[in-house]
Amino acid sequence: MKSEWHIVSNERIAERVFRMILRGDTAGIAPGQFVEVLVPGCYLRRPLSVGDVTDDRLTLIYKMVGEGTARMAQMSSGQTLDILTGLGHGYDLTKAGEQVLLIGGGVGVPPLMYAAKELRAAGKHVQVVMGFNSKGEVFGEDTFRAMGCEVTVCTMDGSYGTRGVVTDVLPTPTPFYYACGPMPMIKAILRTAGTNGQISMEERMGCGVGLCMGCTIETTEGFQRVCKEGPVFNAGALKV
Amino acid sequence: MKVRLGNIELANPVIPASGTCGFGQEMSEWLDLNCLGAVSTKGTTREARYGNALPRIAECPAGLLNAIGLQNPGVDAVIAHEIPALRRVYKGPIIANISGFSIEEYAYVCERIDRETDAAILEVNISCPNVQHGGMAFGTSAQAAAEVTRAVKAVTHKPVYMKLSPNVTDITAIACACVESGADGLCLINTVLGMRIDIRRRQPVLANRYGGYSGPGVFPIALRMVNQVSKACPGVPIIGCGGVSSAQEVIEMMMGGASAVEIGAANLQQPGVCRQIIEDLPRVMRELKINHLQDIIGIV
Ligand SMILES: Cc1cc2nc3c(=O)[nH]c(=O)nc-3n(C[C@H](O)[C@H](O)[C@H](O)COP(=O)(O)OP(=O)(O)OC[C@H]3O[C@@H](n4cnc5c(N)ncnc54)[C@H](O)[C@@H]3O)c2cc1C
Ligand SMILES: Cc1cc2nc3c(=O)[nH]c(=O)nc-3n(C[C@H](O)[C@H](O)[C@H](O)COP(=O)(O)O)c2cc1C
Ligand code: FES
Repeated sequence: MKSEWHIVSNERIAERVFRMILRGDTAGIAPGQFVEVLVPGCYLRRPLSVGDVTDDRLTLIYKMVGEGTARMAQMSSGQTLDILTGLGHGYDLTKAGEQVLLIGGGVGVPPLMYAAKELRAAGKHVQVVMGFNSKGEVFGEDTFRAMGCEVTVCTMDGSYGTRGVVTDVLPTPTPFYYACGPMPMIKAILRTAGTNGQISMEERMGCGVGLCMGCTIETTEGFQRVCKEGPVFNAGALKV
Repeated sequence: MKVRLGNIELANPVIPASGTCGFGQEMSEWLDLNCLGAVSTKGTTREARYGNALPRIAECPAGLLNAIGLQNPGVDAVIAHEIPALRRVYKGPIIANISGFSIEEYAYVCERIDRETDAAILEVNISCPNVQHGGMAFGTSAQAAAEVTRAVKAVTHKPVYMKLSPNVTDITAIACACVESGADGLCLINTVLGMRIDIRRRQPVLANRYGGYSGPGVFPIALRMVNQVSKACPGVPIIGCGGVSSAQEVIEMMMGGASAVEIGAANLQQPGVCRQIIEDLPRVMRELKINHLQDIIGIV
């Protein structure tokens, strides 16, 4: 759905990481789905995961990496944005048992926040393992704890939490997991935690709505568009 | 707002361009396809194709590069699934976009689509810049373009529109060669060959290195080429394409010589843009004192 959103707040929450809260029509937005933000001055929309939805508020958490996210970081409350919402297939939360594991890396963490909220509301026991490069980039820990999740943070340089990568600290046996993060992390998860989970993928997109075939990956179920059949895939379907 | 492409009447001149509306299904989530003048389907080849490695998209200041590489499920699946699925949500004219890697393949796919679908027009893409040994190779030589045209015309009674590449010195030479070989109409332009480099990684953004540039930045180029071709091939219907994203630009393209207009990149930014343009057209026509769009074709 295409609609207009009003920026309620936009603040820095970690090194180069910002949280934007917007007001608008949140109907039908599910955990693991993404939105496409039309940033004035950029031709293509920017795909960003849904970090949270509460009433008429949508939370986006984004890292400033290039032109579009730098422009977003300059915006302030009162400004409006043209956003497509409800895009792609999100996490299938019905697959989770009583114990659930969420694995996130960097700005792969936001979609897990919304998933955690829903899983906690359904009474699940949620363990979260998050990885970051260093202390300055860590965010989300308090949010997960406030929901009643068990949280483990690791940093590559050891400046916060456990030194190392998420796959060093995964619980065994590994319960059904939901994951999102950079490609090296996804590969490591598939190697160490197996395929009993769902993973959100990231690709460059032309349209984000299934029109252009810009984002197609090969899966065990054939060619699938990350924006349409994804971004969340069953771990066993991925060929990475 | 009615226009004609040869003896086919369109309710309006607005057509989503091949490759920017899938096979119609995905676009129908954003607008009622029945508001469109026609729909041009994704380039279809004999075999199913995955296309090029990712990334296949690179943003530009006024548009994007794409190097999809003709991802499509192959002509069998297009006939068995895609066209019937499109027909369930859309009653209007279908423009079947066809590609190939040899003259035989073009003829084979055209013959199948001709016999086994109710497509109104065959749009033969001899201008895809993103595949090797095919596509644009046929659209950058007048002789090869003529050969493809003759081969396709020999196997179909449907109107054949040759889709031309802008990556040539003199597009009128290619256009005339197609028309002399029996093309019923022309569609132009396809994308302009381009490149982006990721200066931090010191590598091309696209895995394919080069890709096709389209979007607002190509509009003046497309318009100039449509105008040149309309003067060189009088009376031949032209589908104008390239950088169009507003009702004003549709009218500009038609004044330049187009009988109908395809919208490409703009759909990727605004999946409902074609409906918006169609809604805006009557107002813009009134402002410009245009009674019938048919009256402005090629007046400049
Ligand atoms: C489904 C999905 C969900 C995402 N969720 C988040 C999120 O919640 N938080 C977050 O910080 N980032 C997220 N990303 C990545 C985010 O889309 C990019 O960081 C962002 O588009 C970069 O834009 P830019 O203009 O700052 O960068 P530039 O490098 O200037 O962008 C140039 C072009 O490349 C594209 N691009 C660049 N990097 C990426 C990338 N990593 N993935 C996809 N496209 C890229 C841009 O969209 C743009 O079209 C997500 C990506 C996808 C596909
Ligand atoms: C993502 C993408 C895919 C395309 N695929 C095809 C195709 O399969 N066949 C074809 O003839 N043209 C294809 N094109 C070219 C468009 O149909 C159109 O000719 C071109 O993009 C110029 O128009 P625009 O500036 O409005 O995008 C594609 C363009 C884009 C952006
Ligand atoms: S980005 Fe266009 S199909 Fe996925």
